[in-house]
Amino acid sequence: MTEKNELDLTPNQLDALREIGNIGAGNSATALSQVINTRIDMNVPKVALVPITDVPDMVGGPDSIVVGLFLRVYGKAPGNILFLLPQKSAYNLVDTLMGRPHGETKQLDQMDQSALMEIGNILSGAYLNAFFTFTGLTMLPSIPALAMDMAGAILNVVLVQLGQMGDTALVIETEFLSEDDGINGHFFLVPDPGSLSTIIDAVGVE
Amino acid sequence: MAEMIRVGIADYKVGRAPSTIISYGLGSCIGISLWDSQTKIGGLLHIMLPDSTMANKSDNPAKFADTGVPLLVKDVIAAGAVKSRLVAKVAGGAQMFAFANATDIMRVGARNVEAVKKALAAQGIRIVAEDTGANYGRTVQIDLNTGVYTVKTIDRGEKQI
Repeated sequence: MTEKNELDLTPNQLDALREIGNIGAGNSATALSQVINTRIDMNVPKVALVPITDVPDMVGGPDSIVVGLFLRVYGKAPGNILFLLPQKSAYNLVDTLMGRPHGETKQLDQMDQSALMEIGNILSGAYLNAFFTFTGLTMLPSIPALAMDMAGAILNVVLVQLGQMGDTALVIETEFLSEDDGINGHFFLVPDPGSLSTIIDAVGVE
Repeated sequence: MAEMIRVGIADYKVGRAPSTIISYGLGSCIGISLWDSQTKIGGLLHIMLPDSTMANKSDNPAKFADTGVPLLVKDVIAAGAVKSRLVAKVAGGAQMFAFANATDIMRVGARNVEAVKKALAAQGIRIVAEDTGANYGRTVQIDLNTGVYTVKTIDRGEKQI
């Protein structure tokens, strides 16, 4: 490629993105722990350029069964948010939300699905609020869509878009974990091609 | 012992009996198998996108239907298969999330199916079985001994096509 690749980032710019991920995910974790009244820990966000072909392995392999909450992000730096929970975690989260003991949910009914979608709303809202504070870029999430299926299949949704632009993806990824280990999940913010430059410019780090 | 060969996303593998080639977790992606019943040589390609000309330059032809299919055909023949005997089986191309205002990129599954059919037709290769569309993920595998293409799902069972 002759033009400057927006994925060529300096260490400072990667740090800035990691900080955005940190604040965003921190806000989301706080929101989630308030909703389910359980302490939620998160790891230091990974900001990494990864070959698109390796992304499914980040969440336990392409054939692991997960619940995916997918939201489009609209605004100056559009992108996608994907919140992936292993099936068991999603069931535990639903049990917690519905005030049932863990292990009760065996499949997701309509009510369970809308509860999870609401969680998607809350997490994304909290994340994007923090994002705005840091960058000044207003971003709005769409209504979440939910699917339970193989991780590889669900990740296709974000990978195809990136795949059109190149063979690597910049993902800002955070893992959540509840204190009793019953609930964990991966939160991905995947900027659309072109959005990354907007974000970097807004932060003003060289 | 029969070998199990794994194909990742935007990748392809060629093999011969008694091996089985498998690819996990296809959503909008498509798994295309080719098989020659005489030599029992075949291959499996896992494409992500329909058209390389609509994308930025990529170093990976196996990512696209239009460049991946000819590549798979070429390598299967190089391994000893005869082109006139090759038959194709195709699975995948789902739309995983239902959105009221789905953009083109979310309907990529359907466009993938079309592009794969076009690319196979251009090679003169017949599609003998197909399981495409809908809204669920699939894991596919081709048994190079029998040519049976198995499509597994998480809650819609398993079928052999």
